[in-house]
Amino acid sequence: MSIQVLYFAGLKEALGRSGETVDLPTGISTVGGLREWLVAHGREPLASTRSLRCAVNQEMAGLYAPVADGDEVAFFPPVTGG
Amino acid sequence: MAVRVQEADFDLGAELTALRAGQPRVGALASFLGLVRDMNEGAGVSEMTLEHYPGMTEKALESIVAEAKGRWDIYDALVIHRVGRLLPCDQIVLVAVTSAHRGEAFAACEFIMDYLKTRAPFWKREATPAGARWVDARDSDDSAAARWEPNPKE
Repeated sequence: MSIQVLYFAGLKEALGRSGETVDLPTGISTVGGLREWLVAHGREPLASTRSLRCAVNQEMAGLYAPVADGDEVAFFPPVTGG
Repeated sequence: MAVRVQEADFDLGAELTALRAGQPRVGALASFLGLVRDMNEGAGVSEMTLEHYPGMTEKALESIVAEAKGRWDIYDALVIHRVGRLLPCDQIVLVAVTSAHRGEAFAACEFIMDYLKTRAPFWKREATPAGARWVDARDSDDSAAARWEPNPKE
């Protein structure tokens, strides 16, 4: 299944990219699973970022949130607007 | 109810005037204006860059405003948040709320600001004499947002 992954702020900088399209193997069905798969494929900053946050299809989501083909999943540090 | 994310500056007086124009039922307008400071966590800040998540930012702000409208008896709300490069003294964010009486307007305005701080996808990067750095989230912002849960009307 194909997932559009986005990175923001310090995480984007650490990874040297703002996003990527990944083709996930069968059996990975959650945000947490996606994160582990990305870490195993060289995206180590996803494991070391303190208090990593995520969003699925532009809604805040937890690591147990499901991911499906065509979803947009974003990873980022805690927000600091305002 | 309007939400705007923009690089351009805004005219505070004109925005507040427009929010209540021609509405004699409005008895209160509460607003909060956030500004760029020249100092943060002990270091001088010469400029700041605000990054955001286009699409999600607008949705998050609209959802926060809708929640405020559900909790308090307010007439209208406006949120303007700037992105891009900003300098000390620049306006960053405006939250303004109208209602019949001050209590609802004050509370809704503070609620929107507290939730914006912890739920809207903006990130600040500061330029300091020691180099540029991403601003860390503050625990005090989490506790400020947590004050509003559970729903005060329940």
